[in-house]
Amino acid sequence: MNVIELKNVTYKYSAGTPFESVAVDDVSVSIEKGEFCGIIGHTGSGKSTLIQHLNGLIKPTSGEVLIDGKNIWDKDVDIRNIRFKVGLVFQYSEHQLFEETVYKDIAFGPKNMGLSEEEIDKRVHEAAENMGLSAELLERSPFDLSGGQKRRAALAGVIAMNPEILILDEPAAGLDPIGREKVLSKISDYHKKYGTTILLVSHSMEDIVKYAEKVLVMNKGKIFCHEETDKVFAKQDEIIKIGLDVPQITKIIMKLREKGINLGNDIYTVERAKERILEYLDKGTIC
Amino acid sequence: MLKDITIGQFFPGKSIIHRLDSRFKIILDVAYVVMLFIAGNFYSLALAGVFMVFVYLLSGISFKLIFKSLKPILPIILITCLLNLFFISGEGEPLVQLGFIHIYMEGITTSIFMTVRIIFLIVGMSLLTYTTSPIALTDAIERLFSPLKKLHFPVHELAMMMTIALRFIPTLIEETDKIMSAQKARGANLDTGGLIKKAKALIPVLIPLFVSAFKRANELALAMECRCYRGGDGRTRMKQLKSGVKDYIALIITAAMFAAVILLNIYIPIFGL
Repeated sequence: MNVIELKNVTYKYSAGTPFESVAVDDVSVSIEKGEFCGIIGHTGSGKSTLIQHLNGLIKPTSGEVLIDGKNIWDKDVDIRNIRFKVGLVFQYSEHQLFEETVYKDIAFGPKNMGLSEEEIDKRVHEAAENMGLSAELLERSPFDLSGGQKRRAALAGVIAMNPEILILDEPAAGLDPIGREKVLSKISDYHKKYGTTILLVSHSMEDIVKYAEKVLVMNKGKIFCHEETDKVFAKQDEIIKIGLDVPQITKIIMKLREKGINLGNDIYTVERAKERILEYLDKGTIC
Repeated sequence: MLKDITIGQFFPGKSIIHRLDSRFKIILDVAYVVMLFIAGNFYSLALAGVFMVFVYLLSGISFKLIFKSLKPILPIILITCLLNLFFISGEGEPLVQLGFIHIYMEGITTSIFMTVRIIFLIVGMSLLTYTTSPIALTDAIERLFSPLKKLHFPVHELAMMMTIALRFIPTLIEETDKIMSAQKARGANLDTGGLIKKAKALIPVLIPLFVSAFKRANELALAMECRCYRGGDGRTRMKQLKSGVKDYIALIITAAMFAAVILLNIYIPIFGL
């Protein structure tokens, strides 16, 4: 079942002024329930604008946004309910922290939903646990946490609303390698545990390859392709042509191919590269 | 929403008005304001209006922008208009008499006059910021106020503060937008409810905004110190302000307009405003 459906969505910034620019250009796409979809695209390709359509922060200039088969801009839809259903985590999400304690901050979303005290308490603890925040941290000020902890606290604030769809804009940007790994693996665990539909915007191809089942590639406000991760990275040359990167290991394999050592064009993880190289060496074709 | 404010915005261009020396522009703009207040009848006011339209045409700024810049101050214009309409009493019979409301002919003319004057004032002042980059503007202010240094008035520091403030307005607007979106995504209700509820709803926006503004200020101060910034003494500029023939021509034209306005006032005294 398609949980998200966009029909001919176009969005223009400053429509009707000399500064008009098209950020999203006639985009139609469907996301299945339970999908873990990576979104990649060059800076300014319309990724961030696109994802803000999905929870109604931006109203499309033309076209329809359907969540669970219902147009979110219909008159009988309360847009706040859509926002509880579609959790959106912005880039550098730690900037949204404002409460005295981490607990209160995570509780902000559930409180806005009008839940009971016990339910809020349950959700805060659950969300904190899912994001790897210990109970002792909950009573600290969010401004005293480390960068990675702040990021995960902000994520917990959205997850605590139990959204059906979770959209993350560069959740690991600006963190050190350990912080990155921790944030992304917590998101992946969360996906496996609850089967939540996840859209992950990232500039790191390594991360996309590691976690996403499908990839949506944006280019100049249009969708370049939306396919399984394997298929997308099999188009290495086209991806590079539109100014995007491929995983580092793929680059090495491509260089090897230029030198006449063809290991296949479906390699984008270090593990598979290792297998292929060993295979190649076993055949004894190397001099 | 926040991006719609055009007052104080700068629209880069290459017109003669853009290229005028910013010190002259400030002085001439002040002169224009004085001119508007000297103008005592509709003829001299109309002359000031024609002059303004002429300068706008030279600058290549679109007239659409003028309406946009007037939008936020519409309430002030309306209040002025209504106050004058209702509270100016004249000789003879009132035109309209409804309970305690008396409207006289004098009230109508004064209210039109005042409204037009305010509109000219705002539109005229806007032209300065439309055509002058904030940096050029603060440079000019620093130069114009430099005699005050003798009185130990911190001119350079003030100009630097203004430069920094102007530089960070767009950044802060962008940041506010972002934080508002992030809190809305968590179900914050920022648009509805009474005054107290609305003020309370702003807390989740204002706290992160303050935190990041302080952080930014800290980082900026550090970055400036790293580049050995130590105030205005002995500091030279990359871009020197230079006045040329065109600036003096602008000065002469404005002076001529000024004289014309005064003459019109003396020879056609229709209203004793």
